[in-house]
Amino acid sequence: MRLLNNTNIPFVNYRKIAYMISLILIVAGLIGLFVRGLNWSIDFTSGVAAKVNLSPLDSSVEPVQIDELRNVLKNNGYPEAEIQHVGPIQDASFMIKVKSESSTAEVSGETKNEILGIIIENFPKHVEGRDINKDVIEEIYEVGPKVGSELRTNAILAVVIALILMIIYIWFRFELIFGLMAIVALAHDVIIIVGIFALTGKEITIQIIAALLTIVGYSINDTIVIFDRIREDLKIRRKEPLDEVINFSVNETLSRTIITSGTTFITALSLYLFGGTVLHDFAFAICLGVIFGTYSSIYIASSLVIDVTHATKNEKKAAQKLSRRK
Amino acid sequence: MKKFSWRGLSIIIFICVTLFYLAPLAIPNLPRWWSSHVLKLGLDIKGGMQILLEVDTSELSTADARGAVDQNIKIIRERIDQYGVAEPSIQKLGENRIMVQLPGVSDYQAAENLIKQTAMLEFKVVATQEEAQRVIDTIDANIKANLDKFPALKELADKDREIIGADSSGVDTESSVFSSLIRPSQDGFVVQYDTIRLVQDLLANPEFMQMVPAGWELALERINAENPRSDRPIHVLSSAVELSGADIARARVEYGSATSTDPRIANKPYVSIEMKREGARKFERVTADNVGKRLAIVLDGVVYSAPNIQERIGGGRAQITGRFTTSEANELAIVLNTGSLIAPIKPVSTSIIGATLGSDSIRSGSTAGLIGLAVVMVFMLIYYKLSGLITDLALIFNVGFILAMLTAFGGTLTLPGIAGIILTIGMAVDANVLVFERIREELDHGKTPRSAVDAGYKRATITVWDANITTLIAAAVLYQFGTGPIRGFAITLTIGIIGSMFCALVFVRSIFENYIVTGTKKTLSI
Repeated sequence: MRLLNNTNIPFVNYRKIAYMISLILIVAGLIGLFVRGLNWSIDFTSGVAAKVNLSPLDSSVEPVQIDELRNVLKNNGYPEAEIQHVGPIQDASFMIKVKSESSTAEVSGETKNEILGIIIENFPKHVEGRDINKDVIEEIYEVGPKVGSELRTNAILAVVIALILMIIYIWFRFELIFGLMAIVALAHDVIIIVGIFALTGKEITIQIIAALLTIVGYSINDTIVIFDRIREDLKIRRKEPLDEVINFSVNETLSRTIITSGTTFITALSLYLFGGTVLHDFAFAICLGVIFGTYSSIYIASSLVIDVTHATKNEKKAAQKLSRRK
Repeated sequence: MKKFSWRGLSIIIFICVTLFYLAPLAIPNLPRWWSSHVLKLGLDIKGGMQILLEVDTSELSTADARGAVDQNIKIIRERIDQYGVAEPSIQKLGENRIMVQLPGVSDYQAAENLIKQTAMLEFKVVATQEEAQRVIDTIDANIKANLDKFPALKELADKDREIIGADSSGVDTESSVFSSLIRPSQDGFVVQYDTIRLVQDLLANPEFMQMVPAGWELALERINAENPRSDRPIHVLSSAVELSGADIARARVEYGSATSTDPRIANKPYVSIEMKREGARKFERVTADNVGKRLAIVLDGVVYSAPNIQERIGGGRAQITGRFTTSEANELAIVLNTGSLIAPIKPVSTSIIGATLGSDSIRSGSTAGLIGLAVVMVFMLIYYKLSGLITDLALIFNVGFILAMLTAFGGTLTLPGIAGIILTIGMAVDANVLVFERIREELDHGKTPRSAVDAGYKRATITVWDANITTLIAAAVLYQFGTGPIRGFAITLTIGIIGSMFCALVFVRSIFENYIVTGTKKTLSI
């Protein structure tokens, strides 16, 4: 069985349209970033996130309404607490978040105990007869201010350092121009995905940072497979213009590109659909990453190499230098 | 195999190591040295608690500070061991942080208290009623002179004046602003529930400490667990430390008999302490000198109990009573036995994961993984036929290899780690796909299966290396900057990449060369 055998799709001819699409996506992403900002999770802002289950043992007790809970917390010194239902309403599972950045109350090491105390005191019927530690608390995260800001710096630093190390590697293995364009493609992917997170208001958790770095790894992997082929084809087709060689290489690797991104996408999709709530956003980011990573390898990284070398009148030199490498 | 080859040997080692580390998961009754190598599950799967603590070494000299963190770790480890947690993990992070992970712990509050308690035990003589009154009067006078330093008290004084009314403007609320917070009781003073918070803040305020006459100090009594909203006694203590935790040889939980006449211990747990020889001598002297007075047992600045000294007590035994629950008494005994922390610590971040959430997560995580694996395997089989089957075999080995290596390196399987394995499944076929597509091209160019396989591997190997090294860079950076679960993810990703490269470039290739394209076969199922 074969898909896409011996294709000769003129990918590079459509690159101007692709640039426009990418530009629109990037601008939309940046607008999202600057207008709405990122919804950093407790890991980064510091504060408390507590998931509690308040379904009463006694079925005659009225279930807790979300507004009731909000009012109780408001009256006890936490007016900025964000409260959400987790799962179906009848489960009475709530996620309560108090972020230090937006809270007037001082968030300290005791905040989680205070919030729990408030809940236990105000909803005695809903916690009665149940083990607070085992049945009521589903999860709690408490992050001190110092750790939160440290983590944010580290996360940004991690993405930047990974990018720099990759430029160096590709520079060493290919040509500087290829390395730079590969990184432009990566930045493109990261900006669009982070932009989508900003626009949809999804939280940036530590897991999302991990997903971003995985995407970076995946996308560069995809780009390099094409670059590798370009390097090889340049040796064989010395006479042909760079854009034709590149188009040829993209076509040659196309079936591999489709199969690998397909299998990766399937596993990420399976995580998204069946992986449970905790991995939901993580899988969502990876799915987006596979789509944009594959697209950017062809339309950003490879296409930009053509245009940038052309603009700098560097085509011949870059091609020659590259074809000499192993 | 006809003759020795490095590749054959490496495959045999690869398979043996994988089987060795996976066996304990499948076979129940292995010898201990073998079964102890079993994959650990992370907190996010098992449930439990994780606390990141920071050691405050600001009060210590640089030389002491260095040792303090390690010393604290030792003490915390002992406390946790005595508390009884299976497989705790206590690590030093950076210069002055300690990461404590307690899988399966369900009483979070107790565990946190046990760990973070400084546990500085002191015995101090309680002031007599007259002495105490004098101290409080002095505090009142001092505060009146410095009322500006205590905005909360100033506000209180103003409010009191308003309540009394305009006609009594001569009433001086300021001169008794502190003593208005406390009330005399039959054997000392108490603080009303509403003002406890204010008094606690005052006691922690260094400005306030200067208001207390030298040689004396104030301390609240422990919260009454049976009635947390009741008033709390406050004691005036002599600052001299008569005995400290260092004088204690052993602490143990005991139960008062039901018939005991002392209501504090009747039918209740209490902690009995035995002193070292030197301590016993000190204790005897203190009790002899202070008959008729009370002796306060103070832990971390809170009075646990303050019994009357009826007579001189020899033998170096004492009891700490204080309406404990059994678990509280247990914790107290543990912290007394393990000694006090060298430098105070405070939690900077805490995660608590309920066991239900964890088991739900692992169930859905593995479902997702199996579905993903099945779809990918079926696809490979249809698309590459026999060669796809070999890849599928390698894929299963690869997943096994990841789990085995995680076990071997003492890693833990976290939820992001499972996600890492699932993604590896998707990406692991990449190396094979690269090679297979290349072999197909070579076949298209009219080569024989044998030379197509050789050429395909030769060409694709460079690509596989280039592509994977960059992913390894991303994983290494993740490992360096991440903590906990993210490190788990980075490790699984790294092992997965190495495993998939090995499977594709060594394992699958060997099968090809030895069984599929042997001799002069004309066709290749790919």
